[in-house]
Amino acid sequence: MRRVLAIATFCIASAGAVQAANIGDAKAGEKHFKLCKSCHQVGPGATNRVGPQLNGLFGRKAGSVEGFKYSKGMIRAADGGLEWHAEQLHAYLENPKNLVSGTRMNFRGMKDVDERADLIAYLRTFSDNPRDIPEADPTARGTDHDVDPAILAIQGDPEYGQYLSSECVTCHQIDGDDDGIPSITFWPEEDFVVALHAYKSKKRAHPVMQMIAGRLSDDEIASLAAYFKDPEQ
Amino acid sequence: MTLNRRKFLGTGVAVGASMSAPMVMGAAHGKPKVVVIGGGAGGATAARYIAKDSKGEIDVTLVEPTRRYYTCFFSNLYLGGFKQFNDIGHSYGKLASEYGINVVHDWAIGIDRDTNMVTLAGGSKLPYDKLILSPGIDFVDGAVEGWDISAQNKMPHAYKAGSQTELLKAQLEAMPEGGTFAMVAPPNPYRCPPGPYERISMIAHFLKQNNPTAKIIVADPKPKFSKMALFQEGWGNHYDGMIDWIGPDFGGDSVSVNPDAMTVTIDGEENKVDVCNVIPAMKAGKIAEIAGVTDGNWAPVNAADMSSKADPDIHVLGDAAAQGDMPKSGYAANSQAKVCAMAVRGALTGSKVFPAKFSNTCWSLITTNDGIKVGANYEATPEKIASTGGFISKTGESAELRKATYEESEGWYTGITSDMFG
Repeated sequence: MRRVLAIATFCIASAGAVQAANIGDAKAGEKHFKLCKSCHQVGPGATNRVGPQLNGLFGRKAGSVEGFKYSKGMIRAADGGLEWHAEQLHAYLENPKNLVSGTRMNFRGMKDVDERADLIAYLRTFSDNPRDIPEADPTARGTDHDVDPAILAIQGDPEYGQYLSSECVTCHQIDGDDDGIPSITFWPEEDFVVALHAYKSKKRAHPVMQMIAGRLSDDEIASLAAYFKDPEQ
Repeated sequence: MTLNRRKFLGTGVAVGASMSAPMVMGAAHGKPKVVVIGGGAGGATAARYIAKDSKGEIDVTLVEPTRRYYTCFFSNLYLGGFKQFNDIGHSYGKLASEYGINVVHDWAIGIDRDTNMVTLAGGSKLPYDKLILSPGIDFVDGAVEGWDISAQNKMPHAYKAGSQTELLKAQLEAMPEGGTFAMVAPPNPYRCPPGPYERISMIAHFLKQNNPTAKIIVADPKPKFSKMALFQEGWGNHYDGMIDWIGPDFGGDSVSVNPDAMTVTIDGEENKVDVCNVIPAMKAGKIAEIAGVTDGNWAPVNAADMSSKADPDIHVLGDAAAQGDMPKSGYAANSQAKVCAMAVRGALTGSKVFPAKFSNTCWSLITTNDGIKVGANYEATPEKIASTGGFISKTGESAELRKATYEESEGWYTGITSDMFG
């Protein structure tokens, strides 16, 4: 069921991208911002709280608000070149930890692409020079790293995945312990596939992971996901 | 009294399994037999993967002289005071008890390729269908004028971790105030390309805290070394004026030592030193030469399965192998071991064999929370293991990123040692 829903979402999203995009509704986005308010401020006089203030977000380098203490994960992503544009914000808001592993943003994610577009349109109104932001920037539809639904639909071979996994477990412990390197076991297959494709396309920053994922084929990524969802099987 | 001299580890399954070894010796029937010589990153990994994935269909014997294995990787961090000696020591207990591997603590001294038989120093013989050699390195005789292995207590190499590492650390601690530490760095190719330079960083770190007026001299035959710009930046930032690196342009390739007088002569100029770490030129561990699978200093292998070019029943892993583009590192040996394990299982039990994939990353520590790394992917070509691209840390990276890199290296250490020893 989950897979079917996801594919449906992606179809809509990519259709949107082709047709000059649904521009989000900033007014509706203001309502969604309630979800963010316990940690973030935006607008005149906004200051850093649990999360950084969100004025001037578009085009901003990740992890760059002065005086805010970021997680290691966010600093690493920033060093890898992460900047906030609509596409990245879509991905981050859908599942923060999927874009930036190790982020301290404890937000379960906003699954509805239209709601995200509204929220992003709202945040855009607080950028310093909205008129300098290309129209496409805040409104282009992020499609969660643009993973093609056909790729998400690939059924991986767990046996092949087990062989391929030997390359992963040099660093990631198979029993799921994490100790400086995140755990990758027992992930839902789709999250695993999305994360690896994000490294492969260099949207996610990390040189080792970009290198490892860079040469994995779509089938290999699916096989790894099929294996790691339950390695004890 | 073979059993008295062959020393077995573990109880229960392990002892039961190892007791049966002499009885089946030379037998042509029964389960296929794999003997692995060397219990480091290559050998321990290969033994574990074959035992684990064959689920009892293959008899695996691991021959390793030491009961407790000290990893060369992270041994520099012990010298720098970042790790305790015990942190880098590992036992073979789980390989015996959980994976049913016959762990034999002895030296392999002979290999008969006609009868597929390994002879141990203790006198016993181990028959094999497939033999995996992962013996690490030995030193080339006469590589550094004035030094041979009998001088290793005066001028330690500390390039096989264990008592040599402890000795070097003790000598550092005993250095007189304002004394001189010298390193004779090795020529290519050698184990762990960034290793000598991480070691210099760690020793500088130790001396800066404990003996800040001490000096470090490095005589190096190579004009360039691994992560050179990163190390030199780090040395400038953290240990300014302490380290004198002498490359071949200034005679770093013309070195002799006198272990009794504790002198190092570089390009004709004699230096009195207090501690001298001699890292000579290297070659494959001796058993590879005894097996007759070496050509020159190293053992050529086929990239697709790490099999010896001289004998299809023998595979050579890690530092000892001449395989192409991979550096001689623990990570590389571990990566090669998995490809080899899959090929060996496929040959002996008909299990599926997938295309070989190799990768490597080497992390190094410059000072507290200042980690750097270099890595690459590799593929098997008919000629060699060929690099398909990689990455390296950049100079001027943020302190946060360097700290994250160091923490990542600690995660890797836990990961790879679990992958080796279970």
